[in-house]
Amino acid sequence: MSLLEVHALTKAFGGVHAVADLTFTVEPGRVHSIIGPNGAGKTTLFNLITGLYTPTAGRIVLDGEEITALPTAARAAKGIGRTFQNLQIFFNMRAIENVMVGRHLHAPRALLSSMLQLPVIRRANRDAYDRAAELMRRVGLAAFLDSDADAMPYGALKRLEIARALAAEPKVLLLDEPAAGLNPKETQEIDDLIKSIAAMGTTVVLVEHNMKLVMGVSDHILVLDYGRRLAEGTAADVRNNPDVIRAYLGAAAALPR
Amino acid sequence: MELARTKTAAIQTSGIASWFLSARRGGLLALALLLAVLPLLFPNNFYYDVATKTALNAIVCIGLNLLIGYAGQISLGHAGFFALGAYASAILTSHYKWPGLLAMLAGALMVALLAFIVARPILRLKGHYLAMATLGLGIIIAIVINREIPMTGGPDGMNVPALWVGPWRLTGAVTWYWVSAGALLLAVWLSLNLVESPIGRALRALHGSEVAAETTGVDTTRYKVLVFVVSAVFASIAGSLFAHADRFVTPVEAGFLRSIEFVTMVVLGGMASTFGSVVGAAILTVLPQVLAAAHDYKHMALGVIMIGVMIFMPRGLVPTLAAFWRRRGSS
Repeated sequence: MSLLEVHALTKAFGGVHAVADLTFTVEPGRVHSIIGPNGAGKTTLFNLITGLYTPTAGRIVLDGEEITALPTAARAAKGIGRTFQNLQIFFNMRAIENVMVGRHLHAPRALLSSMLQLPVIRRANRDAYDRAAELMRRVGLAAFLDSDADAMPYGALKRLEIARALAAEPKVLLLDEPAAGLNPKETQEIDDLIKSIAAMGTTVVLVEHNMKLVMGVSDHILVLDYGRRLAEGTAADVRNNPDVIRAYLGAAAALPR
Repeated sequence: MELARTKTAAIQTSGIASWFLSARRGGLLALALLLAVLPLLFPNNFYYDVATKTALNAIVCIGLNLLIGYAGQISLGHAGFFALGAYASAILTSHYKWPGLLAMLAGALMVALLAFIVARPILRLKGHYLAMATLGLGIIIAIVINREIPMTGGPDGMNVPALWVGPWRLTGAVTWYWVSAGALLLAVWLSLNLVESPIGRALRALHGSEVAAETTGVDTTRYKVLVFVVSAVFASIAGSLFAHADRFVTPVEAGFLRSIEFVTMVVLGGMASTFGSVVGAAILTVLPQVLAAAHDYKHMALGVIMIGVMIFMPRGLVPTLAAFWRRRGSS
């Protein structure tokens, strides 16, 4: 069974259909990339899946359960995690606390026991700290364990978002341009990280403009253009698809060779 | 840097040593010592009175800081909750002869319920709009207190019976100093605990990025309502204690300028700093007493302080000084 199913999803902003009648499925344990020119509707699609936008029409099903009407936090509880193209860091907190927030769904949250700091809360704090530290090491942020979030460089913040999302133990992780603005070495590290996340059993949906990264890590690629599905398949299928070449490079490039 | 490291270590390890080492426990201990030795410097009851008012203001500010400093939501109406607590105690103990502690509890429950009911529509608003809505709420409460003359005595205020706790009748400046000092320590402890818990991290997260908090699973609406209610209850309890300590309440306690005073205390002491609230409340409660001659200019001074802090020290006193010491320590 597919882990994530999107059925005839449409999002219209006034007359513009950012996502138009889009249907696709994401299989568990794989890396599923979504590519397309700027404005193709990739981030809009992520906002629809996470519930930040309400779809104009269509359905979203996670693990056999319809989540189309659920608010964002409830979808997170069902197992959807994400990172952001434009960083959404808690700059008022330390780096490790950002990741500890990721443990929110797994932590005790009763007001009274929190205010009295009962043993259950102390234990949860320790567990969250240990888990967050482990995740920060895993994404290559061991050097920033004691840092304030607002003292970290851009590339590290990108990975901090991934660590925070992983802390929630999502079933499916949506990565929105994790390599944007990174140098080749950092991009290679993200490449390895995505592979290791998938290897640990978390399904990854990747939106990314770096084609080398996409072609290297993806099991399956969906190409969007103007909110519609343009093509779908393996890296090799997509690379040679004339429609894809036309959308990216213009009509002339797709003329008979 | 050093502070961050000790804090980190405190979370990691447990045991007696780290209990005292951690910044929060150390601060709590220092505050307890300060409150214990402070009376040695007090020549007369007036000083005890001012210290009591300081402690009660600080309790309001600690609650308000959870809302403003930690969760990033503004309220310009918290004097309303303070006054509701004060009048609930005054009215229930004098008109209805309720036991004082029960009246205090009833006031807190009533305020919690009111805060809960208005929180959802109000906290949907952001920035200036939220400020205006809470301002309106405070003004409505002040109007009701002013107009319900048979119950509240109106603008003249009303007398409040002494607080009985079991067989003890709590009266006198010295007694009330110790009661409010104890209440302050309890408030600081509860706030520090809450901040360093999953709920506390959720509050700071929704301040940092509401979108990211939601996608991480934090039900931001729920936690905004929660922190609004908690902060209102802090104000209500402080108000009840104030009513019994002063034995007299007036609608001035519900006034807009009182709300502004609380916010200024929080901002001056430091956003997202529990001890900052205590420092801010202390400075702005004691200062007008020291400069009694300049009383007419009190509210102008509040404005000047607010502007000055915003320009020169936007994080407030305690966080700015803490950062300064950290830098010195690591260099």
